[in-house]
Amino acid sequence: MSSEGVNKNRRRFLTGTVSVVGAIGAVGVAIPFVKMWQPSARARAAGAPVEVTIDKLEPGQMLKAEWRGRPVWILRRTDEMLATLDLVEDQLRDPNSEAQDQQPDFAENQYRSLNPEYLVLLGICTHLGCSPKFVPEVEPQPFDPDWKGGFFCPCHNSRFDLAGRVYQGVPAPLNLEVPPYSFLDDNRLLIGIGPEGAA
Amino acid sequence: MMKPQGAIARGATNTLEWLDARLPVKEFWDKHLANYYAAKNFNVWYYFGSLAILVLANQIITGIWLTMHYKTSAAEAFASVEYIMRDVPFGWLVRYMHAIGASMFFIVVYLHMFRALMYGSYRKPRELLWIIGMFIYLALMAEAFLGYVLPWGQMSYWGAQVIISLFGAIPDLGFISGPEIAQWIRGDYLVSDATLNRFVALHVIAVPLALLALVVLHLTALHEVGSNNPDGIEIKENKDEDGVPVDGIAFHPYYTVKDLFGVGMFLLIFAFIIFYAPEMGGWFLEHDNFVPADPLVTPEHIKPVWYFTPFYAMLRAVPDKLGGVIVMGAAVFILFLLPWLDRSPVKSIRYKGWLWKIMLTLFAISFLVLGYLGAQSGSATQTLLARIFTIFYFAFFLLMPLWSKWDKPKPVPERVTE
Repeated sequence: MSSEGVNKNRRRFLTGTVSVVGAIGAVGVAIPFVKMWQPSARARAAGAPVEVTIDKLEPGQMLKAEWRGRPVWILRRTDEMLATLDLVEDQLRDPNSEAQDQQPDFAENQYRSLNPEYLVLLGICTHLGCSPKFVPEVEPQPFDPDWKGGFFCPCHNSRFDLAGRVYQGVPAPLNLEVPPYSFLDDNRLLIGIGPEGAA
Repeated sequence: MMKPQGAIARGATNTLEWLDARLPVKEFWDKHLANYYAAKNFNVWYYFGSLAILVLANQIITGIWLTMHYKTSAAEAFASVEYIMRDVPFGWLVRYMHAIGASMFFIVVYLHMFRALMYGSYRKPRELLWIIGMFIYLALMAEAFLGYVLPWGQMSYWGAQVIISLFGAIPDLGFISGPEIAQWIRGDYLVSDATLNRFVALHVIAVPLALLALVVLHLTALHEVGSNNPDGIEIKENKDEDGVPVDGIAFHPYYTVKDLFGVGMFLLIFAFIIFYAPEMGGWFLEHDNFVPADPLVTPEHIKPVWYFTPFYAMLRAVPDKLGGVIVMGAAVFILFLLPWLDRSPVKSIRYKGWLWKIMLTLFAISFLVLGYLGAQSGSATQTLLARIFTIFYFAFFLLMPLWSKWDKPKPVPERVTE
């Protein structure tokens, strides 16, 4: 092919515009392929709020519900349990729940709950998503000789107190997450929607 | 001087000529086998490249057969694997060949990489060959992780949960946050059917295609620069009048025959494991994975299969989520830089000094110890040990530009030794 008498500027302009338009087209085509990985409408619908009846829950007992396929713990704390929250505070990473997004606004308090008696938590370790064990007994444990009761993750030894607050020196970076929830009445909890109706 | 030929031989010759006029069959054969010259002093460490191809073929063939009976669905996957193991004729054999083949693949690849480390096979002019190899290693890790999820046992499920959660440590990028990336990978609020389905697609189609393409690139690059050898001497620098390296021998028939012996020995060991120790005491197939996946119950002790445990130990050694992920990623990424970290004037361990030998031995030990620690529950002592060996692992690489210079090499001979 002869390159004599070629308008190089025009050739460069055409190459450039075709490349730009082609790149825009490629990005446009990539969007549906990327979006197809998002949760489907069915998965989103299955993430709707869940109602839990708590009238049978005795003080000190914990029940597990399921919301969006994840375990939700509902612990009815005794006065003794609530008293431990003060004792462990100096060993915690974030005692005042200042890290964002780990609880709705209504749970940004020492109890991390709407009503101090009822603790509602997502039972998923904030380290790598295992489900910690409920260890309420106040007695020496292999992982902590001075255990005051709380939650212990067997995967990587993360520990949380009876408000789901994370201890210092464990791999989990954050307090356990409090899901949005509200009381429909004294005996029924709605998990997934906060008292103000926030999702 | 042509011998008189029979009709069949004549037919074969004619067919070959017909083919060769349309497809460079002979050229390909000569370039990659009959006229590909490799140093005559290959030792036992040089089996693992061809063995990796053998295991890759094993994985592809057994994998195709397994997909004929496997059910891609969270509700049916676990039962379909048990069905393969119990009811499908020879299903147990093909499934064991595939699952144990994965572990064998890593054994072979780790030995192959250690060979490169010993004899300086990553050094100029083989830097790109090493980098392509590292991409193969990455693809292999992705493939192994994805495949491990498919039986949908407890360890499959919670392993996937842990690994996908690693992406949740990515800081907020403005348009997308770490947890949103993790959700995008899962396709749901939790590891679910959606996750399993896409993992099957990636494990069966996407990653194997990438892996095959990378293997072609790896071999093309190898045959361009030529194989290294235990002496680390460039045989191309000493050629006879025909342009054949004087220390080289044709890959076919000399090394094809040698590699066939390696194949025989390998298959002997492979078959022994398949028939007598398929679970390898929980190292190749973990006991918790014989329990169906349950999103509400975490196993007491989550650990990856042995080939990931060195990196898992490093992840756990760091008491910070993002820091742990960065350290684990860096532990793999740093291998890419190896060709530029080694400043020794010689390639092979044979002519490197005592410092290099000690450092390489310590590195191998730290990798093995980290591998052991990553499979343990992680007591305080174990965490301390993991931290010490993680620091050594990084010191080995990051300080290599210094200590590889301090090392006193021996003189390198002109020709390869017998």
